[in-house]
Order: sequence, then C-alpha cells, then structure tokens
Amino acid sequence: MKRADFLKKLQERWPESIQDERNENGLEVPAQAIPEALAYLRDDPETRMNYLDFITAVDYPPDTMHVIYSLYSLDKQHRVQLKVKLDRFHPTLATASHLWTNAEWNEREVYDLFGVVFPGLSDPRRILMPEDWEGHPLRKDYLHPNLASKPD
Amino acid sequence: MGLIDKIPAYVEKTPGGGVLMTPLNWVVNNVKASSLWYMLFGLACCAIELMATGASRYDFDRLGMIFRATPRQTDLMIVAGTLTLKMAPRVKLLYEQMPDPKYVIAMGGCTVYGGPFYHDGYSVLKGVDKIIPVDIHVAGCPPRPEALLHGCLELQNLIKTEKLGHKRDRPGLRHLTAGTVRPSGLVVPDSMRVVQNS
Repeated sequence: MKRADFLKKLQERWPESIQDERNENGLEVPAQAIPEALAYLRDDPETRMNYLDFITAVDYPPDTMHVIYSLYSLDKQHRVQLKVKLDRFHPTLATASHLWTNAEWNEREVYDLFGVVFPGLSDPRRILMPEDWEGHPLRKDYLHPNLASKPD
Repeated sequence: MGLIDKIPAYVEKTPGGGVLMTPLNWVVNNVKASSLWYMLFGLACCAIELMATGASRYDFDRLGMIFRATPRQTDLMIVAGTLTLKMAPRVKLLYEQMPDPKYVIAMGGCTVYGGPFYHDGYSVLKGVDKIIPVDIHVAGCPPRPEALLHGCLELQNLIKTEKLGHKRDRPGLRHLTAGTVRPSGLVVPDSMRVVQNS
C-alpha cells in the first residue's frame, strides 16, 4: 500500500489526518487517535502493520513536541510513519505497549530523553539515564553543568 | 605483593640491610612488572583494540599479561572505552576491589578527557582520572594495539623505578570521587517542568 491508501483508510475514521510533507512515508494523526489508530493499522487485513520499527520524538520549541511511530508490515512489506503533535509542556500520549511488546522500551526511551509521559505503561522508569537524573537531555532547552558547548 | 612491601621493615634491622635491599628491589620490581594481569572488561570500541592486542598477532601474553575475570586477581585495570556517568561508580567500585599494588591505564581519548563527547556531551565522564588514579594515558580513538603495547611497556618501566616500602605518587589523579562527579543534574525551571500524570 502507498501512503495515499493509508491516508484514505485513516481519514475514514479520523478525518483530521493529513500527509506529512517532510516525510515520504509520513502521515499526521491527532493525538487522541493513539492508540486506536495503531491498533487499527495493526489488525486491519489490508494493512497488517505487525512490526513496530521504533518510536521517537522531536522537540520543536517553543511549544511543540512531535512523537513519531514507524510501522512496518512483515507480511505486506510496506511502511508508514505516524506523527503526532503534542504540547511540549505537558506531552502525554496513550501507551501502545499492549499492541507491540517492544513499544514498552521505546516509550521508556522517549520518556527518558524527551519527557513524553505514557500513562498506562507498566514500568515507566528511565531506561538509559541514571534513575536519579533530572531533566530530559534531548530537549532543545536542556542545560547541564557537565555540558560544555562547542566553540564556534 | 602487599606483604612484600613490609619486608624492608624487617630487613633494615639487620646490619648491612641496604646492601640486601637493592637486589631485592630489583627482583620484586621485575616480578611486578612482568606479570601484569589485567581486568577483563571493555566499555566501547577501544575494547576491540584491547581484544586485538590480547589475541595472537600482538600477543599480550608475551609481556606476562593475562586477563582475569575478577578484580580480586588483577594488578592492572585497562579502562578501554567511553566511561559514562552511569557506569563511573561501577568502575570506581571495581578499582577499589583490586588488591594493591594496582595500576591503571586510561586507553583512548574518551578515558583521557572525554574524547568526541567532550563538547555537547552530557552523559560521559570527562577523564577517568577524575575518579581513579591513572598511571598511563594512551591517546588515540581508538589507539592501535602498538600504542597500547607501548603504554604497557612504559608502565613496566614506571614499575621498575619503584622502591620497596615507598608508595609512588600518582600525579594523574584529579582528587575527585565518583560521588562528586555524579551529576546533580539540571534544575528545570517550573515553566519547563514536565507534569507527571499519576
């Protein structure tokens, strides 16, 4: 399936879905469509996205945070990436760990480095940084005493 | 080896102890220098070069260097690779578990000063000599086995200058402990703080 077919399918249920112009496989869905949109793409016989590549996030100051789900179908061998726009001060997104088990570690990583909270995650600890670490290092406004900036 | 450092206290009571000391010093130093058992651990890509140095082409064994899988049996710690702040307390603990006399080689740019992670790196310790005393720094990213072998030979020369009953100064230590190096972290302004939904 091509991106336009995915878009048509998603727009039937979530009419706000649009194309992501920066990404040839990308679609943008509203945040409240997660995780139903992911479950729909996984279980629909035409899409069957049975493999979650990764979950990542991009911080866009001053007020936006993007979370990106990359899905792949091992049966149909097609790929789609769903982007969700969030408020970067209170980024909250429903967990997808009941759909793919590897989503749990991916979501812990996104929480650790970007501070996106996934309610419903069974083990919401940090995964990479020490447990007593403060702050989320991949945010653009992150500061740290250990951080020496590069000279120009 | 810790025991043998105490020997001068007994020997020097005998008349002419000084005459005996020099050959004894020579024997002990050569024994120490030619059986440097190193700890089997690597942290990043430098560990690959460490393995290559240990394998047959470069052959650490001919220097009497054999890896041991426990700190209790090792004389030398080769810190091979990027030391992250999360790992730093563990490495300090391993160092403290080694019996005296113990030596440290900092292998590669990361262990010398932070390497490529010096700028814009928040998670990497900028030099292992902030937490443990380092005897030899080996530069390179990663250093070739020849460089590491050179470092080991230099360490052997260093050991051969030691005197029984005297602890050698280690100028490499920057007198910081893992505890102080551990980050206190960012103070997040309230406007930026992420609200945890409970």
